[in-house]
Amino acid sequence: MSTEPTESGQPVAQGQPVASARPPAVSVAGVSKVFASRKGTDVTALEAVDLTIAPGEFVSLIGPSGCGKSTLLRLIADLDTPTSGSIEVFGKTAREARIDQAYGIAFQQAGLLPWRTVRANIELPLELHKVGKAARAARSSELLALVGLSDFADKYPDQLSGGMQQRVAIARSLAESPGLLLMDEPFGALDEMTRERMQTELVRICAETGAAVVFVTHSIPEAVFLSNRVVVMSPRPGRIRDIIAVDLGRAEGRDEGLREADSFFEAVVSVRESLHGEAAGAPAARGVDIR
Amino acid sequence: MTRTGSPLARRVLLGVLGVVVLAAVWELYKALGPATGVMIGDLTVLPRTSDLAMPHVWDMVARLFRPVRSAGDDELMWQAVLKASFFSLGVAAVGWLVGVVVGMLLAIVMQRFRTAESALLPWIVLSQTVPLIAIAPLVKRWGSQIEVGDFSWENWMSVALIASYLAFFPVSIGALRGLESPDVNHVELMRTYSVGWWATLIRLRLPASVPYLLPALRLAAANAVIGTVVAEVSIGLRGGIGRMIVEYAAAAGGDPAKPWAPIFGAVVVGLLAAGVVALIGLALTRYRRGETPA
Repeated sequence: MSTEPTESGQPVAQGQPVASARPPAVSVAGVSKVFASRKGTDVTALEAVDLTIAPGEFVSLIGPSGCGKSTLLRLIADLDTPTSGSIEVFGKTAREARIDQAYGIAFQQAGLLPWRTVRANIELPLELHKVGKAARAARSSELLALVGLSDFADKYPDQLSGGMQQRVAIARSLAESPGLLLMDEPFGALDEMTRERMQTELVRICAETGAAVVFVTHSIPEAVFLSNRVVVMSPRPGRIRDIIAVDLGRAEGRDEGLREADSFFEAVVSVRESLHGEAAGAPAARGVDIR
Repeated sequence: MTRTGSPLARRVLLGVLGVVVLAAVWELYKALGPATGVMIGDLTVLPRTSDLAMPHVWDMVARLFRPVRSAGDDELMWQAVLKASFFSLGVAAVGWLVGVVVGMLLAIVMQRFRTAESALLPWIVLSQTVPLIAIAPLVKRWGSQIEVGDFSWENWMSVALIASYLAFFPVSIGALRGLESPDVNHVELMRTYSVGWWATLIRLRLPASVPYLLPALRLAAANAVIGTVVAEVSIGLRGGIGRMIVEYAAAAGGDPAKPWAPIFGAVVVGLLAAGVVALIGLALTRYRRGETPA
C-alpha cells in the first residue's frame, strides 16, 4: 500500500443531501424477487421491500447471507429485474438509468481488466461511451489523484495490492461522475487494516463527489462508519427489518477518531441488536456471510 | 502463462544441447546396438543399425552439401531442400491463415448463439475424424471444377485447403473457450455500461481469449505443416517438401543419406512456423498478464 494521502476533507460545492424537489436517488416500492428453480421450489429472495434514498445520501444494506441485500443492489443496477414492484433511479426506471449511466458500480472483486493499465482501466467506461482522448486523460488524471494512485497510472493490475486494485475499481465507477454509486461489498476481500483505511477514503471521496451510495456489507462497524442510514435486512424471505439512522456528523468530519467515539459504539450496538435481536418468530439465521 | 526465467542465450544453448544429445544417442545406438535391431517377438521396436537404415549423422549432414544427384552438377542438396521448404511453408501459411479465420468465426458464432454451439460443435469434432487420405482426392476433384473468369483452382490451393481443414479445429475450440473465459463480473460490468455484444466482444472477450488462443494457434501451425506435407503427397503437388520426401525415399537404396535431407527440411518448416507463432505471442504479451486475486 502507498501512504495514506493526507486529505483535509475539502468541502465541495456539490454538497450534502438536502430535502428538495429533486427526485430521490433511488426509490424502491413494493419490490419482490422470486427466483424460480427447476425443481419447482421457488426461492423468495426479496419480499415487499420499500426504500427511498435521497441524493447524496450514504445507505448501507446489512444482513446475514441470503437476506437479499446483493439481490436488491442488482435490481437497482438493472442486472436483474424484480418479480413485482417498481424501482426508480433519479426518477427513471432502473433500465433507463442503466442505459443513461446514472450509476457507477463496484463489486467485491475489483474486476479490473488485466491487460489494461490502471489508467486505461479507469478510462474504460469513457472509452466505451466515445469520450474524446484528451477529455479521457484529463478525467482519469483527476480520478487517479482522488484515489491517491497518480504514481501508479501506468502499472498493470497484477502489480497492485488488493486495496489498490479496489481503489482503481472505485475510481472507474466514478469515471462518469454518476449521482449514484452501487457497491457490493467492495472491501469484503481486504484485510482489516486496509479495509479501515479504504473506508476513511471512501467517506472523503463521497464527500467530494456528492454521490449517493448504496453499500452492501456484512460488517456492522463498516456500515455504521460509512452511512447516513443503515438498512438491516432479514433472510428467508429477504425483508427490511429496520432502518437505523446514524448521525455521526458531516462526512468531512469523520476520521479515525470517530471509530473510538461513544456515538459510534451506540450506533454499532443498535445495529447489532436489530440484526441479532428480537427475532420474534424464527431464530435469527446468522451463519457465516460469504457474499 | 508467460514462461519467464532463463535468458535467451541460455535457452538457445539448451536447444543446441538437445540436438547434440539426440545425435549422440543416434550414434551410440548405431555403434552399440545389435545389427538386426531390437525385436520383441516379431515386432521391431528399434531399427537395424546398418548404414542403410541409420546413416551416420555426419553422412547425413555432408549429403546436404553435395549436389542433388550424386553424379551431376545440380544445385546443392541444401539449396533444393530449402527451396522446397519455403514452398511448403508458403502453402502451409495460407492454410493456417484460412484455418485461423474460419476457426475464429466459428468460435464467435458459437459464443454468440448457444444453439449454434450445440449445432456446430459435434460436427467440428467429427470433422477431424475423417482421414486426410480420403478427402484429398475429393478436394482436388471439386477444385478442378471451379473456374470463375480468370481464376482457376490450382493444386496448391487444394493442399492449402486441406491444411486449413486441420488448422481450424484447435483454433475454434481454443477461441471458444477463450471467448467464454471472462468472469461474470466482467460481463456484468459491460452490461452496466450498457454496451452491446459487439463492444463486449472487442473490449472484453477477444482480449480475454488471447491466453487460450496462443496455444491453439501453435497447434494450428503444426497441424497446417503436417496437413501440407501429407496433402502434397496425396494430391501429387510438386515443388514441396512432402513430394520430395517420397521421391528421395525411392533413392534410399543407393544413397541412404538422401531421404533424410527433406526430413530435416520438414523440421525446419515446423520450427519456422512455431517461431512465427511465438512472435505473435510476443506481440500480445500484455494480454497474457494474470490478475492477481485481491
